[in-house]
Amino acid sequence: MQPRSEMVHWFFATGFLLLGLILLSQAIVGEAVWARRRWRVYLWPSIAFALGLLMWPVMTFFTNSAIHMLAHGAWAQALMVAGAAELGLVHGKLHNRLWRLATPVGIFVSGVAFLVHEQNAWLFARSAFLHHLIGWTLVCGSLVPLGLVLRPRSTLFQSAFALLFVALAVMLYCDRDLAPVFGHLSPLAGPPHR
Amino acid sequence: MESHLVTHAPAVRTVRDYRPRLISALGPLTAFTGVVWAIAQPYRITLLHPHHQGFWWLVAEPPLLVVAAGLAFSLLIARPLLADLAEDDATA
Repeated sequence: MQPRSEMVHWFFATGFLLLGLILLSQAIVGEAVWARRRWRVYLWPSIAFALGLLMWPVMTFFTNSAIHMLAHGAWAQALMVAGAAELGLVHGKLHNRLWRLATPVGIFVSGVAFLVHEQNAWLFARSAFLHHLIGWTLVCGSLVPLGLVLRPRSTLFQSAFALLFVALAVMLYCDRDLAPVFGHLSPLAGPPHR
Repeated sequence: MESHLVTHAPAVRTVRDYRPRLISALGPLTAFTGVVWAIAQPYRITLLHPHHQGFWWLVAEPPLLVVAAGLAFSLLIARPLLADLAEDDATA
């Protein structure tokens, strides 16, 4: 009755796609229009927090080694802290702008978590390739929210931040449990399914 | 005598003018991408051959999830945002 690991990736991809669209629309309309309805301000931090929360069942039911479990646990915490810090800032409970650093740190930790829990080489199988690619995308992409901390009104950084999530969604949708990548599939990975 | 008192300057379109179009396009464009993906890889749509498929294979269908994300964005986010944009333009 448990979904396959690839399906969990697709569900998370849908969440990240929606998050990317929300951030992109926020970048397009600007802060003034976006804040006209109060619930919208809470939208992306809430989704980030919820995605972190949902990472816990993933850690519990889909990890098959200690390093997998630790990576997903650290990831869940980083996402929740990033979401919670943004929620605190928009609600006015937190005032120090340094709390904004929680997002780049969260994304950096997410990238490291991807890289650490993938033990196989890039061309072992498609999932290995995508884990490396997503990991490095997030590690390098963490510079974008860092830029937003320094220049919060920059449309360029805002759009790049949104597109980072769209790119992440595309990569997660491509994930399969067992499939070749560019014609490569290690015999150790097992026979591909559908 | 006739003098040219009023000059009609051509209207300069800014990014601000394109905002409603961009917001309106995001959702349908996303949904369209999902439809194109479904046509390109129909085997990813388990509903097309549903026999002997488990619950999760019938629920997790990536192209349809993309379409759902596009529709959800259009209905829940873009629609009220467009209303606010119109209001903002009216007051500007």
